Amino acid sequence: MTPFGELWDRSLRTLGIEAGLNAMVDAGITSEEVDALYVGNMSSGRFTNQEHISAVIADHTGLSARNLPAIRVEAGEASGAVAFRDAYLSVASEVYDIVVVGGAEKMTDVSDAMAHEIFATSVDQQWEVFLGATVPSLYAMMARRHMHEYGTTKEQLASVAVNAHKNGSKNPNAQFKNQISVEAAAKAGMVASPLGMLDCAPISDGAAALVLAPLDIAKRMTDHPVVIAGSGVATDTISLHHRESLTTMRSTSVAADLAYRRSGMTPEHVDIAEVHDNFTISGIMAVEDLGFVEKGQGGPAFESGKFDIEGDLPVNTSGGLKAQGQPLGAIGIAQVVEVTRQLRGDAGDRQVDSPQVGLTQCVGGTGGTSVVHVMKVI
Amino acid sequence: MGVARFWRENRTRYNLIGNRCPTCEKAFFPPRELCPTCHRQSIGKMVEIQFSGKGKIYSYSDVHDAPTDFSDQRPYIMAIVELDEGPRITAQIVDAIDGVEIGMPVEMVFRKIREESPEGIIHYGYKFKPAL
Repeated sequence: MTPFGELWDRSLRTLGIEAGLNAMVDAGITSEEVDALYVGNMSSGRFTNQEHISAVIADHTGLSARNLPAIRVEAGEASGAVAFRDAYLSVASEVYDIVVVGGAEKMTDVSDAMAHEIFATSVDQQWEVFLGATVPSLYAMMARRHMHEYGTTKEQLASVAVNAHKNGSKNPNAQFKNQISVEAAAKAGMVASPLGMLDCAPISDGAAALVLAPLDIAKRMTDHPVVIAGSGVATDTISLHHRESLTTMRSTSVAADLAYRRSGMTPEHVDIAEVHDNFTISGIMAVEDLGFVEKGQGGPAFESGKFDIEGDLPVNTSGGLKAQGQPLGAIGIAQVVEVTRQLRGDAGDRQVDSPQVGLTQCVGGTGGTSVVHVMKVI
Repeated sequence: MGVARFWRENRTRYNLIGNRCPTCEKAFFPPRELCPTCHRQSIGKMVEIQFSGKGKIYSYSDVHDAPTDFSDQRPYIMAIVELDEGPRITAQIVDAIDGVEIGMPVEMVFRKIREESPEGIIHYGYKFKPAL
């Protein structure tokens, strides 16, 4: 993957190429061995005026010289995760052998105001955004209900961001490497109450990529292949107001159930997880909806240190969206990159002690799409 | 954006018009082509209704970081309102001098939502205010 951040010297295509080539070098393969390219990207058309980026990236990584298929996938902020899922299905169904799957987003070629406007195209434009809703305000309404129903506090929300920054400080690719205190996070300026500045993940540029192959081929490439044990994708209403509950993401619990059943595992088997903490409340709801704690216990669990690197179940060792960064289409791939590094023992200063099973959870919009993958070492 | 994109929703947005499934009686706003529970049994049979505009605040947020079109209104209150007939709806809360809270009764008012630019079209629609 590439570093995440405000990368003014790099374009969408240079980011995509760098991530793709890094993944191919890591896997020890040449472009002659690749059968197809999948790219997750949310809105290159509005961020950079360039659509058809599957062909752009295939061209500049040298893959179109062999006229290889290249497919772009869009599912809001879950674009990368759905691209990963589709790439996985293409290999698992034996259509292709070796597939490169990447995710990329270039968000800082437009103004900050425009970036937020484009961001909000993953929620309901007509019946939410048109009336004045922003993405932070929709997540804020989830947070408000969570506080109302379960007594979740501002300090518990803050502890999600504190954990993210602590882990980000150990990740050379992270956008934010500074640590923050609970007090600073809880008192930061308001964006949409009760969510403040430090409850929100940033605007970022970046790309990430992986190589997928059937297990027998993967074993020839590396001594430490990581196996996709279970995969689940699920949808829910596009508007938040149409959900029965604002304090649970049904798409996440359904996708998790599919991934757990497919892998024959339960939440108790999971050693590490990368969850979609675009806002602090999302991290709390994710650990509940994934079954790591009871509904309503996410806040106290983050506060107690259960999800710290030294805790029972390290969450977002990469720094998550909050500290590693949030280049929309790249998020879902970056999560899998982090879990892969952890499972291989390649995570440097933030390495968890020999994890065997890792999970990723990625969300589009306010939960219109969720994607969950369970991965393991063999 | 073309004017038609907004104009075609005016009747719904000006009058809080939704519909109801004749089989399960569930009400929807905005109107749905089919009932997500009763599926094809409901196609072509959905019954149009106009909501009373009365409801309660289900959740809310004070928006400080506002989109360009709304920046002159900030901070403003966005809420999810549960209408008396059942459906929930996202809207601004206005005239709430003493603030709002979950469960507070509110009623619909017809207001200007935003204007695209000094020369652009002005959009109108529903907002809610504390019920008297």
